[in-house]
Amino acid sequence: MSNDQVLAFETDCHLFKDCGFPAPSEWSFIFEPLFTIGSFEVNKPMALVFLSTVIICGFFWAAFARPKVVPGKFQLVAEVLYDFVRRGVARETMGKKGEPYVPLLVSLFFFVWIMNIWAIIPFAQFPATSIIAYPAALALIVWCTYMYLTFRTNGLVGGIRNLCVPSGLPKGIYVILTPIEFISAVFIRPLTLTVRLFANMFAGHLLLLVFIIGTWYTLGTVVGTFYSATSLIMTLLLTVFEMFIQALQAYVFTVLTASYISQALEEAH
Amino acid sequence: MSAALAAVEGSVNTIGFGLAAIGPGVGIGIIFGNGVQAIARQPEATAVIRQNMLLGFAVVEALALMGFVLAFALGG
Repeated sequence: MSNDQVLAFETDCHLFKDCGFPAPSEWSFIFEPLFTIGSFEVNKPMALVFLSTVIICGFFWAAFARPKVVPGKFQLVAEVLYDFVRRGVARETMGKKGEPYVPLLVSLFFFVWIMNIWAIIPFAQFPATSIIAYPAALALIVWCTYMYLTFRTNGLVGGIRNLCVPSGLPKGIYVILTPIEFISAVFIRPLTLTVRLFANMFAGHLLLLVFIIGTWYTLGTVVGTFYSATSLIMTLLLTVFEMFIQALQAYVFTVLTASYISQALEEAH
Repeated sequence: MSAALAAVEGSVNTIGFGLAAIGPGVGIGIIFGNGVQAIARQPEATAVIRQNMLLGFAVVEALALMGFVLAFALGG
């Protein structure tokens, strides 16, 4: 991997210059360290994740540190956002017993959303969640939460029953269904939770890169400029589409977390 | 005649992902089609239907995305 590939793409490559289209690939997601703190090398995704944490904590701290009965503008916005997750996700999925888990869901939703939204913010322009380690860590938190809740609610035997024996089916089916349910609940759920978020952001970033590199690559000749303009319009349209996908993925991540928690809270029959 | 008449360069994974996307594509179509139909029949249940629709969409979409990730992960 050469140095200019680290800079997203080869910048002096244009149409009819005897160099192929520098298609984006895995190397678009590898970054040189920006700076080092001690022995830690901090690169762009890490810095973005740190920044997201600061933004989320700062925003909610500023809004709710000194709450008033009649909310100010800032607190009002934060309350609307909080209430969206509380009503739209927790109430819909878990009902009244979901109330203690609202803070977790709110944090997850806004953290994931901010990490996704970096993809279209100028100068950041990289979704931190398209590095698989970040969604994996979030999925691990979710996994630990619902595993702990399963065994706390049902005890050891009941917990295992809750995880792998769905009730109310003919006896013969359990022979096949129990292993499937076990693998699904313990391994597949956190895996899909990780891969869904990661792959969506990965694919979205690649899509934007293809068109923005295409814009630059075809620029220069008279014919190329038409292609370039089309590609630019496509980039803008896809940016809007990505905004929608980012919010949707954050929502889906939160809804799935809520539904796993609500399954964990179900009493054994 | 041993010489190839036509040759395609590049990764076979791209074809594989194309094939892998068919199933989830059909699935997502069914989910949203039936979701819209359900909302049209019973508009007062929109909130619940939409949430379950998105949930089903996410679960089906995971299959397509796994194909996408494996296309990169397996190389070759």
